Amino acid sequence: MKIIKDKQIIEDSWRHIADDEEMTNGDITVSLARWNKEKDVLANHQGNIGIRIAPAEDVAEISDDLKNISLVAVELPAFTDGRAFTHARLLRSRYGYQGEIRAIGNYMADQAFYLHRVGVNAFELENEAELSTALSTLNDFTVKYQSSTN
Amino acid sequence: MYQYNDDDQTLINERVTQYRGQTERYLKGEIGEDEFRTLRLMNGLYVQTHAPMLRVAGPYGLLSSKQLRMLAHVARKYDKSYAHITTRQNIQFNWPDLKDVPDILEDLASVQMHAIQTSGNCLRNTTTDHLAGVATDELEDPRPYCEIIRQWTILHPEFAYLPRKFKIAVSGTEQDRAATQLHDIGVHIVKNEAGETGFRILVGGGLGRTPVIGKVIRPFLEKKHLLSYLEAIVRVYNLNGRRDNKYKARIKILVRESGIEKMTEWVEAEWQQIKDGMEVSDERFTEVQAHFTPPAYDKSANQDTSLDTNKAQSSAFATWLKYNTTEHKTPGYKAAFVSLKAPDSPPGDITDKQLDEIASLADQYSFGEIRTTHRQNMVLADIKQAELFELWQKLDVLSLATPNIGTATDMICCPGLDFCALANAGSIGIAKEINEALDDLDYLHDIGDLKINMSGCMNGCAHQSVGHIGILGVDKKGVEWYQLTLGGSSENEAALGERLGPAVAKDQVTKAVTQILDVYIAQRQDEEIFLDTVKRIGINPFQQAIY
Repeated sequence: MKIIKDKQIIEDSWRHIADDEEMTNGDITVSLARWNKEKDVLANHQGNIGIRIAPAEDVAEISDDLKNISLVAVELPAFTDGRAFTHARLLRSRYGYQGEIRAIGNYMADQAFYLHRVGVNAFELENEAELSTALSTLNDFTVKYQSSTN
Repeated sequence: MYQYNDDDQTLINERVTQYRGQTERYLKGEIGEDEFRTLRLMNGLYVQTHAPMLRVAGPYGLLSSKQLRMLAHVARKYDKSYAHITTRQNIQFNWPDLKDVPDILEDLASVQMHAIQTSGNCLRNTTTDHLAGVATDELEDPRPYCEIIRQWTILHPEFAYLPRKFKIAVSGTEQDRAATQLHDIGVHIVKNEAGETGFRILVGGGLGRTPVIGKVIRPFLEKKHLLSYLEAIVRVYNLNGRRDNKYKARIKILVRESGIEKMTEWVEAEWQQIKDGMEVSDERFTEVQAHFTPPAYDKSANQDTSLDTNKAQSSAFATWLKYNTTEHKTPGYKAAFVSLKAPDSPPGDITDKQLDEIASLADQYSFGEIRTTHRQNMVLADIKQAELFELWQKLDVLSLATPNIGTATDMICCPGLDFCALANAGSIGIAKEINEALDDLDYLHDIGDLKINMSGCMNGCAHQSVGHIGILGVDKKGVEWYQLTLGGSSENEAALGERLGPAVAKDQVTKAVTQILDVYIAQRQDEEIFLDTVKRIGINPFQQAIY
């Protein structure tokens, strides 16, 4: 499947592993719960590891782990749930995370601009056909009032 | 007033382009109903009973004559030649076509206006005292702070999808005219013992279904920390506010459920992390304050003697002067209210012609500026006393001089069932009926200070719970009924009205109001105003008269 990463539409190599699903080699994300439970096992994983953060979870919990992971996926179960915006912002500005922050879930292409502003640099949309719209919205504004991540 | 620089202008132009694209994609079927609903609401566009309703921002209620003329143009070209002033000092159009909205926004952008975040679960228009800058009891002009807050809120990327809407009000006076205790955040300008300006911050106030009076979260905040503190509060709310039930999603519920102590602890902890990186510099304050320097007042304005002569010669003018003007900090000047509560017109409504004429009056008499008020009127804030008589004559011709500011017929009223998709009951019709019942000016003036607020549903857009008399329309099996409350107030002694008893039928509301007033007249002592009588005697005597 295709995603936007760093303002390019690219082929994605990551798999999101459900909590009851067996691990596979390669680049995978796991839930925060699974990460907490299987951190030691995952240390030997063949491939990159990412963590999915659900809206009600606290990103502070993974602040010490950020150096070992290359992707944090912030989840928007509904496009009206704005907690992912704060999660991304904190990851970048408070915890200095430099890796990929990816927005996943049910959100609108039209939200990509704000997501990008708070530090999201990768966009996985449920409807891949909207990727080009999402990409173009990143240029919606050339000016801004707040100092944010971008 | 604040004038846009190139960046401000670019931002609203780009917002128009963005919204035009969203509208086009929606009309082509590329954006779903639910998604577009969220996107259009962020730009103040509701879909109402008859047509969409567009809410245009009136930043802290301050407008230029040029902007007023543009509003008149929009009313004429895209609507039915009138507009409506809201309790958030905004301007609503009730009949625009959805496909025309991008053009309307483009027209508005040409005079530095927009509809950004006038609706939706985001940071809304910041409001303040309509007498800002001219009030005699002002510590400092709140408008520069409002403008700094306005810029911080506009297109804030982190806080566009909050659990619920979020409203901030700022007051710079001892007497709170901005209902700051009934906002998600209330900001009071205060001075500390060293004489330095800072803010007392309140949180968790609000009206609607569960009216709550805000609590102090920080008694004194240094000026430079204004934005970091607001950011800390909203971040805590974004992460912790309830999202499972929209009626429990406002910050007031979070404050109630967690307790103010816990809330304070969260906010202070968050604030400690961000405060050093978000300071507002003195240069920045000075730069914005420079937009709000006092106009060139005539220093000899108080030498005038014509005011007294005119007062003596015209009792109608004297009455208007008493009710519709107020003190000004500059000798020889007064602030004049433009009453949008004429007996035959829905409260807060204003025609294109009136808008154009008020713009001209503002140019001629008040340095080209106009304010909208929380009670749905307008103010020409800088009138030389020698020109008040002329102004009154002109306002009178325009039906904008009803001498009823602060009295029973200066009602706050929502559009109600006639326009609003949420309403359970009509409000404009009842307002008209009450107006007719109180059409005797001597009687109206004898009753004196009285705030009647009437909403057509629980959402409480007209703030009925803080009306001295509150009227709330409810639906009982398809029939409109009205609940009455007494003793509410949105000012310093903020209080929520007490329910009088069972709801009354539509044709009994006006009768009940006049019965309430009869009890007041019979029971008042000396110069006691209605609210104080209610406080002193309680609601029992009123209940006995009605039920």
